[in-house]
Amino acid sequence: MDLYARRKLRNRIVLGLSFGATGLGLGWLVLILGALVFRGASGLSLQVFTEMTPPPGADGGLLNPIVGSLILTGLAVLIGTPVGILAGTYMAEYGRFSKLTQVVRFINDILLSAPSIVIGLFVYEVMVAPLGHFSGTAGAVALAVLVVPVVVRTTEDMLSLVPKELREAATALGMPRAYVIGKVSYRAARAGIITGVLLAIARISGETAPLLFTALNNQFFSVNLNAPMASLPAVIFQFALSPYEDWQRLAWTGALIITMAVLALSIIARALAASGKSS
Amino acid sequence: MSMATLHNQTPVPVVAHTSAATDPGETKIAVRNLNFYYGDNRALKGVDVMLHARKVTAFIGPSGCGKSTLLRVLNRVYDLYPNQRAEGEVLLDGKNILAPGQDLNLLRARVGMVFQKPTPFPMSIYENIAFGVRLYDRLSKSDLDARVEQALRRAALWEEVKDKLSANGLSLSGGQQQRLCIARTVAVKPEVILLDEPCSALDPIATAKIEELIDELKDDYTIAIVTHNMQQAARCSDFTAFMYLGELVEFGTTSKMFTTPSDRRTQDYITGRFG
Repeated sequence: MDLYARRKLRNRIVLGLSFGATGLGLGWLVLILGALVFRGASGLSLQVFTEMTPPPGADGGLLNPIVGSLILTGLAVLIGTPVGILAGTYMAEYGRFSKLTQVVRFINDILLSAPSIVIGLFVYEVMVAPLGHFSGTAGAVALAVLVVPVVVRTTEDMLSLVPKELREAATALGMPRAYVIGKVSYRAARAGIITGVLLAIARISGETAPLLFTALNNQFFSVNLNAPMASLPAVIFQFALSPYEDWQRLAWTGALIITMAVLALSIIARALAASGKSS
Repeated sequence: MSMATLHNQTPVPVVAHTSAATDPGETKIAVRNLNFYYGDNRALKGVDVMLHARKVTAFIGPSGCGKSTLLRVLNRVYDLYPNQRAEGEVLLDGKNILAPGQDLNLLRARVGMVFQKPTPFPMSIYENIAFGVRLYDRLSKSDLDARVEQALRRAALWEEVKDKLSANGLSLSGGQQQRLCIARTVAVKPEVILLDEPCSALDPIATAKIEELIDELKDDYTIAIVTHNMQQAARCSDFTAFMYLGELVEFGTTSKMFTTPSDRRTQDYITGRFG
């Protein structure tokens, strides 16, 4: 019984430590979210969504950065998703056993964890510097470079989870390879692939560093992709660092909006993943 | 254990198709000196066997003896994996399907396959069947409906699913899923149907239904079935091939194989001494 008692004690200690670690992690998260809601919610009003960013001391909202963020994110997903899905498809289907796939997977993993500021600088070098000006397009390209590795990874993982029997069964019906992938593999992995895209959106919607070197920022409303474009993260960065109280308030509100949007996306991603499993 | 005790254990008559089996008829598939490799591992060693047209040929033998591998050669589904290769000849209606330049999709449309695990596609019951049909036949909606119904009837599944054709194929029970897979294979009108342990995941009732189905299908199709179940081989096949360690030990009519096998190893296996 001595041995058993000791084992039980050890179990309690480890359990306690695990709980403690979980609590510590969640605690900070709750504090951050709490502060965000507390400081940001008071600034939420219709005005935030209908008016431009103001000069210090004047009334205003976040319309231009919200629209800018939507455009930049949308464009980045539009560019990055097809590239990511096609690359992931190659790796999981056509090139499953090839050396190239291993190389691509390795490089993709590096890209996945590359600091986003490096990617911002890279796009600055290849797009902003040669063209001579900051632009929305450059911002979207920088974000797209962040989207690609996330989508590649999830697409490959999800397609790899499709049972090989399903592929064999489709093949055994005389189905050409492209059909097997398009009609059977994609369908079986659909929820997972969509989840990957949503996660990529969540990832880029809070990115500031790559935008500072590419889309820069814009005080005015602009949908011109050839000109600097405002975005929520960049405005938050600028306003939060300013000495003006009303700017700081808008920064909190902007942070709350992004967080809520990302939260909503994550919940949708979860729900999709769950529904994909049950069906 | 003698053959007499084997008979006592199984209430079903072991020799099912004596009359049919005495008439071999034409050859649909002839396998000649077939070697198969998984990488460097040789899984089939100089196999010679034939499938007679519109007859059921059962492949029996202990796990890992190469039965499933042999089946996977007959429609070249192994081609999906670059480290697997076959050497030798497999003649389908006299033409070697292992020769280079084969249209594999057309080949597989002629030689259908049903797998051990039911593999319905993640789509509706109707689509599961219509999908394969559309690949090779352009049919009107009503013709397609008729083809789907016909296939489901052949697979003895129609009565159970006719009111929920738009339900997901995955919502069916295991036995129904397997019959759906058979229906799907039948719907594209192949000439040969390969069944790779089709009943291993099914209960006895579902198994009985599939066996009945095999019996009906052999009027139109050449069937090869891999099974671990000796009684099943005895019940549904006209010919039986016994494989062991990648070699084809003995091939003959099912009645002969189960009563007077000429090889010692066949005798031992079917009487349950090993395997």
